[in-house]
Amino acid sequence: MADAVLFEFLHTEMVAELWAHDPDPGPGDNIWRWLLPLESWGQNMNLSVLESVGFRVGQALGERLPREMLAFREELDVLKFLCKDLWLAIFQKQMDSLRTNHQGTYVLQDNSFPLLLPMAAGLQYLEEAPKFLAFTCGLLRGALCTLGIESVVTASVAALPGCKFQVVIQNS
Amino acid sequence: MGSQWLFTLTYGALVTQLCKDYENDEDVNKQLDKMGYNIGVRLIEDFLARSNVGRCHDFRETADVIAKVAFKMYLGITPSITNWSPAGDEFSLILENNPLVDFVELPDNHSSLIYSNLLCGVLRGALEMVQMAVEAKFVQDTLKGDGVTEIRMRFIRRIEDNLPAGEE
Repeated sequence: MADAVLFEFLHTEMVAELWAHDPDPGPGDNIWRWLLPLESWGQNMNLSVLESVGFRVGQALGERLPREMLAFREELDVLKFLCKDLWLAIFQKQMDSLRTNHQGTYVLQDNSFPLLLPMAAGLQYLEEAPKFLAFTCGLLRGALCTLGIESVVTASVAALPGCKFQVVIQNS
Repeated sequence: MGSQWLFTLTYGALVTQLCKDYENDEDVNKQLDKMGYNIGVRLIEDFLARSNVGRCHDFRETADVIAKVAFKMYLGITPSITNWSPAGDEFSLILENNPLVDFVELPDNHSSLIYSNLLCGVLRGALEMVQMAVEAKFVQDTLKGDGVTEIRMRFIRRIEDNLPAGEE
């Protein structure tokens, strides 16, 4: 069984490495990249790489859930499951709050997100925070996908180490 | 479910991503080694803080600490130590099972990929921080059909405090 600390170290290194990803495009790949303003190339590209790695992990985690855990009656039950069981299993703590407008939008708040803890608490590293949230956004989206729910997941930080994940269900 | 799978699954997704990013297996291997090195130089602090092991006096003690304390702490396994060189500067770690490869099959077009190469970088980086220049490499791999996974560790030299690592 791999120690939880190993995942945190790996995640930090992935943020550093996939961030430094060479933006030289492969043949025919990611044409949209050329349409973005030059300054935002690196930024958008690398967040999407991290997000898609997280997505694959979220899918794989979802596939390994015991079948009885998946007898959800409704969408809100799925989100509660993510906030309690999934978060506890992955981060050894539960999400601090879950809010919804009951129309397919959910806000999951973690006041002390473990992957943000290594950064100094406070505002000075705020612009670095999205890099440390992209993987987890993908992970949530991937887990939801395996549970039959298509979503868009984004995250925001007001003050480290707290953050909010916004889940918008598609075709709700 | 949980953190034991999270690391393994994340590692697998990372290797998959690197195979997309780099054209050949050799480059992926180098990247995994480099990332492992970067992890190792920081992991050693976590290890020393949590394990309370004292300074190792020789390479044999180092081998014991690596196999019986470090691997146990981080990966939950205890590799066996075998094949010491006569000079005592090389040994093998034998992993009966490698947690990193739990859900993995190598696709056919990646025969040169050293899937778990991150581990070699971690060992190299961590030991460098305790003044040991070493080489670590996989010589057997269950992913490639071998019966066990074997990492060969070679002591290169002691790193003196006033010399940058790697200087000849």
